[in-house]
Amino acid sequence: MKNVAPKLEDSVYERNFADINPRLTEAQALSEAARCLFCYDAPCIAACPTAIDIPSFIKKITTGNLRGSARTIFEANILGHSCARVCPVEALCEGACVLNQEHKRPVTIGALQRVATDHVLDRGIRVLEAGSPNGRRVALVGAGPASFGCAAALARLGYACRIYERRTVPGGLNTHGIAAYKMRAPEALREVELVRSLGVEIRGGVEVGKDVTIEQLRSEANALFLGIGLGPTESLRIPGEELAGVVDALHFIDRIKNEPFRRIDVGRTVVVIGAGNTSVDAATQAKRLGAESVRVVYRRGPEDVPAYHYEYELAKSDGVVYVFHTLPVRFLGDGALTAIECVRTEVTTDEKGRRMVRAVPGSELRIPCDMAIVAVGQTKAVEWLTRHLSGLELDRGRVKIDGEGRTSLKGVYAGGDCVNGGREVVNAVAEGKAAALGIDRDLGHPRA
Amino acid sequence: MADLTADCAGIKSPNPFWVASGPPANTAYQVMRAFDAGWGGAVWKTIGEPIVNTTSRYGGVDLGTSRVMGFNNIELISDRPIEDNLREIAEVKKRYPRNAVVASLMVESKREAWHEIVKRTEGAGADGLELNFGCPHGMSERGMGSAVGQVPEYTKLITSWVKEVARTPVLVKLTPNISDVTYIAAAAREGGADGVSLINTINSIMGIDLDTFAPRPIVDGRSSHGGYCGPAVKPIALNMVSAVAKHPKVGLPISGIGGQDAVEFLLLGASTVQVCTAIMHYGFRMVEDMIDGLANWMDTRGFRTLADFRGKSLERVVDWGDLNLNFKVIAEIHSDKCIGCHLCYIACEDGAHQSIRLTSGMKVPEIIEERCVGCNLCMLVCPVPGCIAMKEMPTGRAPMSWRAYQEALGRGVACELPGERHAH
Repeated sequence: MKNVAPKLEDSVYERNFADINPRLTEAQALSEAARCLFCYDAPCIAACPTAIDIPSFIKKITTGNLRGSARTIFEANILGHSCARVCPVEALCEGACVLNQEHKRPVTIGALQRVATDHVLDRGIRVLEAGSPNGRRVALVGAGPASFGCAAALARLGYACRIYERRTVPGGLNTHGIAAYKMRAPEALREVELVRSLGVEIRGGVEVGKDVTIEQLRSEANALFLGIGLGPTESLRIPGEELAGVVDALHFIDRIKNEPFRRIDVGRTVVVIGAGNTSVDAATQAKRLGAESVRVVYRRGPEDVPAYHYEYELAKSDGVVYVFHTLPVRFLGDGALTAIECVRTEVTTDEKGRRMVRAVPGSELRIPCDMAIVAVGQTKAVEWLTRHLSGLELDRGRVKIDGEGRTSLKGVYAGGDCVNGGREVVNAVAEGKAAALGIDRDLGHPRA
Repeated sequence: MADLTADCAGIKSPNPFWVASGPPANTAYQVMRAFDAGWGGAVWKTIGEPIVNTTSRYGGVDLGTSRVMGFNNIELISDRPIEDNLREIAEVKKRYPRNAVVASLMVESKREAWHEIVKRTEGAGADGLELNFGCPHGMSERGMGSAVGQVPEYTKLITSWVKEVARTPVLVKLTPNISDVTYIAAAAREGGADGVSLINTINSIMGIDLDTFAPRPIVDGRSSHGGYCGPAVKPIALNMVSAVAKHPKVGLPISGIGGQDAVEFLLLGASTVQVCTAIMHYGFRMVEDMIDGLANWMDTRGFRTLADFRGKSLERVVDWGDLNLNFKVIAEIHSDKCIGCHLCYIACEDGAHQSIRLTSGMKVPEIIEERCVGCNLCMLVCPVPGCIAMKEMPTGRAPMSWRAYQEALGRGVACELPGERHAH
């Protein structure tokens, strides 16, 4: 990298990456919980993909029954601890809170959920138990939210679950993605322990298809669940991607999550390409690591920014500058990146009414920078799926399933990003849970 | 501008707001602070042979984030020597001649003891006396307080002893810990009382510490029942005040106690209102809004003096048998205000008369008018002000009470009443 931003004091790193939504005090929690109306048929429950009984867990906070509150949460969502931190609550439960309709501040459901889950995890209180073994085995591929949602539900029904994970550290998105100021990796791993406490076995560092075959998994288990997520970041397919200083956003975010902040080099001037939620995580964290200037280059305008509104606002309040209607065409530099050549764009409508991005001829411009972070979305895991599961039906690269996680192959189920194309942790857990119900139904509800 | 001057049984004060007998009226220092803040009168903390108190003494009941919706105490009467209290009463009266100072008294049930304390107190310059026959804890175990106030004969006897020597008006303070407060009020009248004050505090245990199993307020791991008061007791006080005010055998001026909503006590016949818990919560300064609010309300309604509206609601407190059975209201949901919490639905479905319909996917529930019995429950639980209102449905039938119906039946006349309706 040409110009590496100076390292910061440790205390500054800690401040920059401090919890963006700090833990509520007991008094704050009680007064916030008291604001919940305890709606019947509550819209917040309907807005939660895992359908946590939110009014019940909040009511239990007001009565001091934090253990029961945490059980209500984890029974519905085994990753309720991380979802309390990483869910886009404005778009889900808190957005549905009826208090919004009275132009009042919604109940801070995420923060309250965290009060309950912190309480039991801090104290090592077990609120869920595995079911009596029913003699059935399920193999799951990928130790992320989808497999956890599926395995936890199955384990509570008595199934023996074994999760295979390519990486050595399990957790998926929570451990390897998601900005550190929302949740640190150790916090995510506490939750992995919760899954393990139900008897779920996690085999890390095992690549399915190489170290063990799909056929082996299918023969040793009564059902197979695919929670493999997505493939690597999309390539821009422009010249110069090999230059030092051009990095993949997912890799960058993973390093921040799992290495000391000091060890991560960030450019003095940074350009993030793409304007989704991953771009926000990359841009804000580049800034927090000490980059002097961070710009987001996006080929469309502000009205098309795919990131959640509050994420976009967070990036701007961190001092990230958005450069709209601009498309990179070439990375420039001699060994190390020095600038990105871009072209201005305009959004037009084609004859079928579809909005198209078109380069404006003769509008080339250069944006000097030391580091470019590519955040233009992830590829689908098509290659792996077609190689290892012949006959598996896909739809635009996504595994096709029914409402209970069944794929086109008998005994093979799926959920999470490999099915939905890339959504939230809470969606993955919900899809995993749904598949667990499908598996249990198909295996005839075996009970010990 | 409204005239707030008050007169209760001949005890006059610049406004109807008195500090009730209790911790805020324990010393001259406090009573003078109260008068400086605007209180019209004060009933001194009960004077008698000094006692020894426990620590701790008070308990509170919270509701959500609202602190002290209910309050109790196991404190006894004044722990200060009688002569100190009397000297301070004299000092206060000298400095604040216009404000009412009423001495609350409690001594052992002997004629000579009562004669002596009455003479000494009046000698100190008190404007009136309040006989504490209501204190429900501690003193009652020694044959005083509510031990007197729960027995009409004792109440009448001791009141008459006091009246043998008293030159100032005598109020008898009534305990609510009794089946019918009007019996004691009538006994006070028979004993010669000039007025009554009510209610004293209600027997209570405030709660239990789930870690130690100790009841609250905790005294070395144990507790005793104490006197309950504060905002939570207002409805009980209003009922007892109205019962005493309406009772033909009482007919005495009333000093109402049990909540700072003064107008409601005055509308039910009280001449003054005594406040203690709210002062213990917020300090004497809260009287400013009480004075201001009362004056503004009177000006808005066109009342010049307290007498213009005192007791105005009494004729509207009637026996159930005199209520009009041909009057009908039903609930109406203003859908523009509805936020979709569905609390009205579940309250009606599980707790009342299954008269609200919820349609899947619809935000606003629907009143099933032909089933609605007009009970108010949905309106009461609705969190949005004005969203659910009760609207009158003319029945086209002449007013008819159960009593009038029975009387008509006795004459052989069958009147028109709403048909018997059942939920199922």
